[in-house]
Amino acid sequence: MKLESKTPDGPVEKKWDKARFELKLVNPANKRKFEVIVVGTGLAGASAGASLAELGYQVKVFCIQDSPRRAHSIAAQGGINAAKNYPNDGDSIWRLFYDTVKGGDFRAREANVYRLAQVSNAIIDHCVAQGVPFARDYGGTLDNRSFGGAQVSRTFYARGQTGQQLLLGAYASLMRQVGLGSVKMFSRREMMDVVLVDGAARGIVVRNLVTGAFESYAAHAVLLCTGGYSNAFFLSTNANSCNVGAAWSAYKRGAAFANPCFTQIHPTCIPVSGEHQSKLTLMSESLRNDGRVWVPKSSGDRRSPDLIPEEERDYYLERIYPSFGNLVPRDVASRAAKRIIDEGRGVGKTGLAVYLDFADAFKRRGVGAIKEEYGNLFDMYHHLTDEDPYQAPMRIYPAVHYTMGGLWVDYNLMTTIPGLFCLGEANFSDHGGNRLGASALMQGLADGYFVIPYTLGGYFAASKLPKADPGQQAFKEAESGAAGRVKKLLSIKGKRTPVSFHKELGSLMWDNCGMSRNAKGLSEALARIPKIREEFWRNIMVTGSGSEFNQTLERAHRVADYLEFAELLVRDAFERRESCGGHFREEHQTPDNEAKRDDANFCHVSVWEHQGPDRDPVLHKEPLKFEHAHLAQRSYA
Amino acid sequence: MKVTLRVWRQTGPDGPGRLVSYEAEVPSTDMSFLELLDTVNEGLIAKGEDAIAFDHDCREGICGMCSQVIDGQPHGPDKAAATCQLHMRRFKDGDVITAEPFRAKAFPVVKDLVVDRSALDRVMTCGGFVSVNTGAAVDANAVLVPKDDAEKAMDAAACIGCGACVAACPNAAAMLFVGAKVSQFALLPQGAPERVRRVLSMRKAMDKEGFGHCSNEAECEAVCPKEVKISNIARLNREFIRALAVSDG
Ligand SMILES: Cc1cc2nc3c(=O)[nH]c(=O)nc-3n(C[C@H](O)[C@H](O)[C@H](O)COP(=O)(O)OP(=O)(O)OC[C@H]3O[C@@H](n4cnc5c(N)ncnc54)[C@H](O)[C@@H]3O)c2cc1C
Ligand code: SF4
Ligand code: FES
Repeated sequence: MKLESKTPDGPVEKKWDKARFELKLVNPANKRKFEVIVVGTGLAGASAGASLAELGYQVKVFCIQDSPRRAHSIAAQGGINAAKNYPNDGDSIWRLFYDTVKGGDFRAREANVYRLAQVSNAIIDHCVAQGVPFARDYGGTLDNRSFGGAQVSRTFYARGQTGQQLLLGAYASLMRQVGLGSVKMFSRREMMDVVLVDGAARGIVVRNLVTGAFESYAAHAVLLCTGGYSNAFFLSTNANSCNVGAAWSAYKRGAAFANPCFTQIHPTCIPVSGEHQSKLTLMSESLRNDGRVWVPKSSGDRRSPDLIPEEERDYYLERIYPSFGNLVPRDVASRAAKRIIDEGRGVGKTGLAVYLDFADAFKRRGVGAIKEEYGNLFDMYHHLTDEDPYQAPMRIYPAVHYTMGGLWVDYNLMTTIPGLFCLGEANFSDHGGNRLGASALMQGLADGYFVIPYTLGGYFAASKLPKADPGQQAFKEAESGAAGRVKKLLSIKGKRTPVSFHKELGSLMWDNCGMSRNAKGLSEALARIPKIREEFWRNIMVTGSGSEFNQTLERAHRVADYLEFAELLVRDAFERRESCGGHFREEHQTPDNEAKRDDANFCHVSVWEHQGPDRDPVLHKEPLKFEHAHLAQRSYA
Repeated sequence: MKVTLRVWRQTGPDGPGRLVSYEAEVPSTDMSFLELLDTVNEGLIAKGEDAIAFDHDCREGICGMCSQVIDGQPHGPDKAAATCQLHMRRFKDGDVITAEPFRAKAFPVVKDLVVDRSALDRVMTCGGFVSVNTGAAVDANAVLVPKDDAEKAMDAAACIGCGACVAACPNAAAMLFVGAKVSQFALLPQGAPERVRRVLSMRKAMDKEGFGHCSNEAECEAVCPKEVKISNIARLNREFIRALAVSDG
């Protein structure tokens, strides 16, 4: 496999202009002859689907939920970054670029990150034009706030519902195109496979989740915008239906998978309350702008927080990282919490939590101001925990939240399969080893609104793509492969439920491949995953039939994918013998327990190529060069 | 504690439906109602029986996927909460809890507690947007929006499209949903160019999908998980009358 990043040469600030000039154009009259399949309606998919239809392409869009408006992007709370520099506080495209590369611990492609920073401003302009009700100042201009890891205020927000408002903007544009007839929308469909004809992606097979029927759709290109794989850990902040299935099926068809071990653990989530827990809830990190994180100084101090005097509290983030304080990047904050809790200084019933305290902010800014900014988050916390955060500090704990790894894509967002593109969280491209807060929304919308409309045209104009149709052999084969798996799942009639396997896998992943990892734990996981998988295919119980709405079957199918994929994730974590970003290998840390990168040996993207079911995947490396943002040890002290 | 669940079971859109009782052990009152359904389902699957189908996804009150009528109320007894935000601490030992699907002519049952709300998407295709192509926007600060208008627009835009307002309404009207969208754009300068067209077209689509008309019952406002206010319906009506007055149609 040859990895060609297709990054244009020349100075980083000219690369995107150069690429746009060099990419061939499709004549306006010819655009409607091209059909495009978009899988996923999150920020990436909805923005791509709408923008491509506006250009004149014929677009088919698919999603799992009953409506495209419900994609997981809807849950994003805190905000979206852009380099507008409206607050006049020193921001610039260059600074956003630099912060993102540094925040990602120097494991992202410079050229991609620069482009992301470059188009960030146009995203805000477009969203405002769509009627997204961003927060504003009294003069009517847009308001900004600073967000985890940034020393400038570059984050735009709509209360604590930024993802919802941005997604509804993109969804509205998509619905407009549905009304105009240039987008056909297929909801409650799960992509089972990508179909290749003459080596290029020419369609997909989906399962209609209402009828159970397998359906094939052909097109000239396929865009996967299917989100991240945090649910490999069972408990995460992601919505229940988030899955790796679409990306995984592409991997098995030859699309390389990059950096699967780069997963992000978010420091501010509501702690686990018991065995029954089905998901974890994020408390937006914007809360760290005003909340102060602390634990008691002495371990085993079980007094209620109001009884612990100021001098017996350890505001440990402010102590260890005086210049960034509570705003250190997520990975740093999460690991600090883990270390504190490992020392026995955790709080709450389970001891698996730290306080996030607003008492000072109430005094400084007034309860009203805090309520205006975070009201819905406070309500959410109250609802979930039955504790009033206006009265007592919140309890928080880290949880799996985001996956930086994903399908490998070149500068044009194309995977190693020609005609198969990947956008949004599902690709690996822009965040390296750690994503900064408010940058995922930016990336999803950059990919969909401002990158793919150019690069897809370039692909079409430069390729010969004879007509494909669902009657072709390749489609029939993919359909029968998918049907075969469903039939098998239904026929085993074992004793264990899909959820029980998912939980077993999840707790193994969290314990052995979570916030901190080591060779022993990873080897154990590598040995155990195939055993769980083997039992799954012997002892799974899936009730109901394949020809109806069957959520047990849906879950079993997704868990089966996670049981394969998790092994690749762990293998990647094992092979990356350095610590960087969210990937912390205990063997590689500085004397003060910070991540220690190994640039001499690991300054690359790890790119995995599938070799068939019974053979180990092959690791390729895309070297990373840093010509502008100079490799430096991240320091937030 | 123990509760009895009475759950609506229906094999498909045309299949007969009935309430089926399940005795459920509640291991922790911290668990959500949906997590209790998960537990019941685990038991059913282990016995080889069909699990109860119900829609859910984010489980934190934002995606609008969950959609049950619990003890006669869309989204259950808690104010300003979606089905997924209902916790078992709301109930006590021995309670009988009834779970049914959202019912409305425009929301046919798919299975058990799952309904088809695609009618709401179809209404959105008829004007629930600003017609602006990617790339055509002016600088974000070029158009000033008074803070108060932006806040009111945000109150309306908070709608999660769950359809509880429809399920609660004796007329199965979708006017809170449509009113929220029309209001959001009526309050913002970006919505102005299509102000007339939007309200006429969305109203028409709403009627075509079989949604009824508001008769001021205010049941919608009472169940709305995002506390979208009924004043949005008043604004919808004003916008509609204004549109009739200024348009030729
Ligand atoms: C609680 C929470 C808060 C967050 N807050 C922020 C924030 O404040 N700022 C920020 O920048 N980022 C935030 N993030 C991250 C950000 O929301 C996501 O990374 C981003 O929204 C992902 O968008 P996406 O379009 O790539 O995928 P998603 O929104 O996950 O959409 C995936 C789509 O693919 C579809 N799909 C998936 N698999 C299949 C399949 N097999 N077949 C058919 N369809 C399929 C789904 O139906 C869905 O439509 C947050 C994330 C979480 C979990
Ligand atoms: S107005 Fe309220 S009840 Fe109606 S769809 Fe929107 S959020 Fe749901
Ligand atoms: S499951 Fe998302 S709102 Fe209830």
